[in-house]
Amino acid sequence: MARIEIDGKTYEVEAGKTLIEITDAHGIEIPRFCYHKKLSVAASCRMCLVDVANAPKPLPACATPVWDGMKIQTRSPRAINAQKAVMEFLLINHPLDCPICDQGGECELQDVAVAYGKDRTRFIEEKRIVIDKNIGALISTAFTRCIHCTRCVRFGEEIAGVKELGATQRGDHMRIDTYMTDTVNSELSGNVIDLCPVGALTAKPSRFAARPWELHTAHGIAPHDAFGSHLEFHIRRNQVMRVVPRENVALNEVWLSDRDRFSYQGLYAQDRLTAPMIKKDGQWQTVDWESALLFAAEGLKKIPAKQLGGLASATATVEELYLLQKLLRGLGSNNIDHRLQQVDFSEKTTKAPFLNQRPADLAQADVVLLVCANLRKQQPLLNHRLRQAVLHNHAEVIRINVYDYPQNFPVSHNLTVAPHQLVATLAGIAKALDEAQPAFKNIEISEQQRAIAACLQKNNKKIKVLLGEAADNLPQLASIRTLTALIAKLTFATFSETGRYANSAGAILAGALPQQTLAGQAISGETGLNAQQMLSQSLQAYVLLGFEPELDSIMGATALQTLQNAPFVVAINGFCTEAMQGYANVLLPMALFAETSGTYVNNSGDWQRFTAAVAPVGSARPAWKILRVLANLLDVHDFAYTASDEILNEVKMLCETSAQTVEDSTWVLSAPQALCYLTEPAIYAGDALVRRATALQATADAQACHGAHVNQRTADKLRLSAGQQVKLSQNGGSAILPLVIDAALADDCVLVYTGLAESAGLAHDVGTIDLTAA
Amino acid sequence: MFKQHVKSLLLLELLKGLRLTGRYLFAKKFTVQYPEEKTPMSPRFRGQHALRRYDNGEERCIACKLCEAVCPALAITIEAAERADGTRRTTRYDIDLYKCIFCGFCEEACPVDAIVETRHFEYHGEQAGDLLMTKEKLLALGDKLSDEISRDRASDAPYR
Repeated sequence: MARIEIDGKTYEVEAGKTLIEITDAHGIEIPRFCYHKKLSVAASCRMCLVDVANAPKPLPACATPVWDGMKIQTRSPRAINAQKAVMEFLLINHPLDCPICDQGGECELQDVAVAYGKDRTRFIEEKRIVIDKNIGALISTAFTRCIHCTRCVRFGEEIAGVKELGATQRGDHMRIDTYMTDTVNSELSGNVIDLCPVGALTAKPSRFAARPWELHTAHGIAPHDAFGSHLEFHIRRNQVMRVVPRENVALNEVWLSDRDRFSYQGLYAQDRLTAPMIKKDGQWQTVDWESALLFAAEGLKKIPAKQLGGLASATATVEELYLLQKLLRGLGSNNIDHRLQQVDFSEKTTKAPFLNQRPADLAQADVVLLVCANLRKQQPLLNHRLRQAVLHNHAEVIRINVYDYPQNFPVSHNLTVAPHQLVATLAGIAKALDEAQPAFKNIEISEQQRAIAACLQKNNKKIKVLLGEAADNLPQLASIRTLTALIAKLTFATFSETGRYANSAGAILAGALPQQTLAGQAISGETGLNAQQMLSQSLQAYVLLGFEPELDSIMGATALQTLQNAPFVVAINGFCTEAMQGYANVLLPMALFAETSGTYVNNSGDWQRFTAAVAPVGSARPAWKILRVLANLLDVHDFAYTASDEILNEVKMLCETSAQTVEDSTWVLSAPQALCYLTEPAIYAGDALVRRATALQATADAQACHGAHVNQRTADKLRLSAGQQVKLSQNGGSAILPLVIDAALADDCVLVYTGLAESAGLAHDVGTIDLTAA
Repeated sequence: MFKQHVKSLLLLELLKGLRLTGRYLFAKKFTVQYPEEKTPMSPRFRGQHALRRYDNGEERCIACKLCEAVCPALAITIEAAERADGTRRTTRYDIDLYKCIFCGFCEEACPVDAIVETRHFEYHGEQAGDLLMTKEKLLALGDKLSDEISRDRASDAPYR
């Protein structure tokens, strides 16, 4: 402890901390530009100069550690003089065009200039001009305004893990530029907008749209990945103008992924459904809510319960999913599912994917085994924690995957294998850990598998085994999960599952599954049909919740065909597409994430409640209200909810009082295939909202998801070349796509992303695929 | 007592009043015969609003929204967007003259002298919405009165 004196007041503080950390903690104001609490100290802007007794010159508060007996004055004549001088130097080259700057009104330079600067300028010479550069679809630049605080540069190196922005040249010629690539492509790039203290880097999608004083804020929860970042909506005239992170030490700290930041654009897409519609005599007509709901109820009443199916997207809230399953089960049908991306349904019980630890614990790991995880692109902020473990804790990371996803930290063992080899690889590692088990009798162990096993067998180390979201799309899911859990058990590691969607865990807890109901309780009697069965064998009626079959389902064209054959389909959706008008009979407009109240359960196990930030577009209504009224019209019991809280309380009470029994699952080796078909949702096409965010679709990450991906050896074997149009055909579905050579794939694999219009024609049958020149 | 009786008998008070009436009857009149005649007007007169242009025809307004923020009657509504050439421009600039209190704060706040209050005060609306000034109407008035507006600003410049 040290005793220091700031502006005449004495404080007991921890020795070794920097002065600015202490003044920030005690609410003493010190101006700064380059200092940021989550970034390293640069001490380059000199704005935080303070007067320290016995120091020959003013010292920068951000880089000065405190010592016992230190006496600091933040507003002495010497400190004020230093601050005024620095401010004058900064304003030499900064243009005084605040009225046309997008940062005007929320600019740190503006605030500090008013509070600490002079009110006259002595500078009459010419100002510096820097030519602008287009650095991508998300960030708009005005480099003339840059004051070279280098926050964006340090962010790239320390947080995003990619050196995209850098400072070139020196002195008056110094400029911030993209010096490796032409554009900024990081999945966390939007954070530099928040970091930039001036208007040099601003958000392109909301450029010039609103002034900060016009906006009011509301809290929300990110609706895409299972990490559940906290965010803030900036709202003007009942419209979300932009989204920024809300600080949460336990989850997203002060960061937000680009997907969560810019997906709000989808709320105002052209094809937003704003009024209820029904199809009468083959004609679509817009009607009022009462007639639409009566029409839906009439249609559903005629259907025998066993012929009724419910499909929901896992981006729906706990309340919505719970009501949907309660409605269907109330009508006597167990045909309900949300696992639209899954192909392997052999597991008897489904457990909610949880990390079983806090994200901060992952940053303390010593050894991490990643199986089928694309954390960097799918859960960027969880990946950030893992990267902290590698950088600060020197954690060893072992990756086993079907695709060699680009990583922003060093990996000690990296194995990319075809899906059918994945089970054998995991079994090999498990055998190396415990050779005695009879189940592994016929398994061979390679040198690398032995090395990985040795890496995982360390005493007194924090070992984490993490099963990622990419496993969901593989036909070997059950075997992979069993073996990964076994490896975790043998190494006494924490076993984590990441989940893919914002409510992947919540959907399972809410009971949106054919074989189990709320809190994982097995249903009594016959189990219902799962998503794959419902989408391949036509039922007579479907209730769809936020689900676009051709894009959201892994079965693509088959799913669409099945729904087109169904006599009666009720679609509760935020959007209205041509395909929807083709198969649906009733379209009920639902409120999307900023417009409805609800709860998401993230992979850390937090039940995160949120309220509506803006009123829904048009006459759209929260889906829980739609389901409630529909249930009332169908005479289903216990549906007298008046607020979403009542539903949540009911769900939570049951979840807290009951424990799930999990049946042991087994694993089997899978047979090799001539050409292995791989698929996963494209980074910015995973759900209906983000697909409609136009700015995100123009990013390099989104562009890279187009086409059919194979590696060079596979292309040579099939006598195909890069850029060539190729025809993919399987099980009746087909698509013509350009061939992309992708070195990150294993041999004899072809990867096509789902969620894109170009690949919607594929049946996504995991069994076979044919690849020929078109 | 006697004095008072004489005063009232001779109607002195009445004659005193009549004298004043008579003086004004024959004096020079200061009634302004509006609309044939008009009072002199200050260059700072705060009449109907106009949006100005630069000499090259480019609109001055840069959509900084300071006038909208300062307006005490919340009469101004602005929407901004990036124009094709990358500059910041308004896509909507409405002044609701029913709400406006003609305080002149918008003119004071404007960093580019785009929104001004002109000498023009003789206007009326015949239908609901006629007094809702849009960007087109405001620019048209600015074009019509551009010489007068420039002259007024120039004459007031030394005092600013």
